Amino acid sequence: MMYGYAGSILRINLTTSTITREALPEKLCDDFIGGRGFVAKTLYDELPPGIDPLSEENLFIIATGPLMGHFLPASGKTHFGSKSPATGGYADSNMGGHFGPELKYAGYDMLILTGKTPEPSYLFIEDDKIEIRPALEYWGQGSLSVEEILKTDLGERFQILTIGPAGENLVKFACISHDFGRQAGRTGIGAVLGSKNIKAIAVRGTGDLPVYDVDAALAKGKEAFKKVFEKPGFKGWTPEGTAGITDWVNEVGAFPAKNFQTSHINHSRKINGEKILEKIKITDKGCYCCPTPCGKYGHTKTRLGSAYFEGPEFETISLFGGSCLLESIEEVSYANYLCDELGIDTISGASVAAFTMECYEKNLITKEEIGMDIKFGDLASIVYLLEIMSLRKDLGDLLCQGVKTASEKIGQGSQKFAIHVKGLEWTGYECRNAPSMMLAYMTADIGAHHNRAWVLGHDVVGAATNVHDLITAGGSGEKRSRAVVDAKESAKHVISSQHLRPAFDLIGCCRLQMMELGFETEYYAQLYTLITGKKITWDDLIDVSEKVWHLTRMISAREIDNFGRRFDYPPARFYEEPVPSGPNKGCFISLEDIEMLLDEYYKARGWDKNGIPTNETLERVGLGWLNTGD
Amino acid sequence: MICSLSNFKKAAPSRALLNIEGRFPEPGDYLIHVCDQCGVCAEVCPVEAISEKNGVYIIDPDECIGCYICVDECPHQVMIRLKEKNIAAKCISCGECVEICPRDALSFAENLQDTGGVK
Repeated sequence: MMYGYAGSILRINLTTSTITREALPEKLCDDFIGGRGFVAKTLYDELPPGIDPLSEENLFIIATGPLMGHFLPASGKTHFGSKSPATGGYADSNMGGHFGPELKYAGYDMLILTGKTPEPSYLFIEDDKIEIRPALEYWGQGSLSVEEILKTDLGERFQILTIGPAGENLVKFACISHDFGRQAGRTGIGAVLGSKNIKAIAVRGTGDLPVYDVDAALAKGKEAFKKVFEKPGFKGWTPEGTAGITDWVNEVGAFPAKNFQTSHINHSRKINGEKILEKIKITDKGCYCCPTPCGKYGHTKTRLGSAYFEGPEFETISLFGGSCLLESIEEVSYANYLCDELGIDTISGASVAAFTMECYEKNLITKEEIGMDIKFGDLASIVYLLEIMSLRKDLGDLLCQGVKTASEKIGQGSQKFAIHVKGLEWTGYECRNAPSMMLAYMTADIGAHHNRAWVLGHDVVGAATNVHDLITAGGSGEKRSRAVVDAKESAKHVISSQHLRPAFDLIGCCRLQMMELGFETEYYAQLYTLITGKKITWDDLIDVSEKVWHLTRMISAREIDNFGRRFDYPPARFYEEPVPSGPNKGCFISLEDIEMLLDEYYKARGWDKNGIPTNETLERVGLGWLNTGD
Repeated sequence: MICSLSNFKKAAPSRALLNIEGRFPEPGDYLIHVCDQCGVCAEVCPVEAISEKNGVYIIDPDECIGCYICVDECPHQVMIRLKEKNIAAKCISCGECVEICPRDALSFAENLQDTGGVK
């Protein structure tokens, strides 16, 4: 018997309506743990090479981890995987909430969808009862609206995930929504579900998960919760959640402003965590088993409309409030709500809007092409752009492809300020005075995302530290000195973080207890051993995390033509244009330094000059079978 | 989760003897459904399998016949069917939920129904 896991994989071929349940292989668990590890191994083994990400052949994977759904802090991160519509390479995206634990209680560690239903449908899963149900009546409706309908129809205890019109219309940054405000936002995973004609998945599980040593796991779980309660950040970080970092990021000059033209804004105190508590919040909203609920559920009212919604978190604040220059928390919140309802990733949605506004400002596209006189800081412009891109109306048909494709089509130098890596829009940190964080974005396996490595602490204060301590220590106060590029050090920090943070994505837990509060990682290894009965150390988990990192690189190398070094560069703005204003005025990282960062990173990783893992490296990390084809 | 682990040694929230109901999108809050030891279960039990001791109503598993009338009649809907044993189960005010709640949202009532119930 395998402890910790539910023990089964549920496969549904949507074209033939074939539903099969198979045993979860123990070797897969031992070698890849769960979550992101399951996603990577399954994609490598089962994805037909070279397919169109929006074709029936693509896989849509939901993967849980061994600690998910068990009694320990924040054990509810659900993972999704596919070939990315945004980048054409490896994709995973995760979300909090309660979906993954419920899937495990229903009996399934993984759900793998292939094919496409002939008509819009939704999946109904209640323990062993699995049905593909018609969903034509929901097609065209918003993500939040459909979740409310299904909750009303099926019962509050069902956990629901949905896509919005953007997912239906195959927008390349469409997200998956759940629990009225949790999203798997990145890599266009919502478009993959839309391409399969699946509007929603509803799950209810009444079973139990086998635990190797129930009494010891319960005692250790209690100890872990109490340890979290003792952290200063438990009461210091939780009230504002991720939004609490807003002013600090702005003060140190790492805030994206006006499509990353500069790195500081004057209105951060109008859009920060304090303003959320003052103007927006109704209740804290937590994910499964989370003692530090960072979700701030609330209500916003603007001249264009009002809405109940969850958020905004830091990324949404920085991109709508900074990159798009919305100047009030109510407006940032309304843009957040609209993205949630339309089913758009707030990060990419805001970035595409900001890119479009800059193109218009520079006369690269006309008012007639856009259909409106748009400008930075104007909510009506942003609402308009979000709507046309999610509905693929007029210019929206191009914008829905993301900034990489849009800039290639628009040309006229716009590629220099299309802020992305590998086709995935950049998240909320401006890095022209943060070489380590720049390298983290350049080398993140899904594209320009911060959750694989967050090393801004190294760049700003010269050390890794949990976010609560970083914020309470205050910003730089004065103009920061220019960061010295030490490529070897940057590579070391980035690689270490790229192993640490995604390790949480293997076990199925949220990393924020550790990253934001400084909760000790040893608890996860101890709980893994008590719950699964298999001895493991945190270092062992890090080794698996490293192995998965090389595997995801190999997947992208297989799927993307001529993949390699040229896919790891930041936009030219970051190495050609010095920051024009703010604390980091004059800073940029030269192309020469960018090359050096990549050289040192590849060397430290054991990759060749083109950024491809060498045979020796694959052998060293336990992926020798990639060389031999076994 | 701690309720099902503590009382049934099972990692199965469906066995929890309390329920947190999210009310979204409107009004955007949570309702806590929890046993206040009101005694309705004892009143409706046809075989007097439920008795009160120190303000807490307890089910005698040897007497329970698994009719589940108490489960249906519970005003807070926080009793469950233990189908493998064919008996009902209810909150025994063990206090594990109070101890672990990070928000202090649960506490023992001083004078709730003159019992030691959780509120």
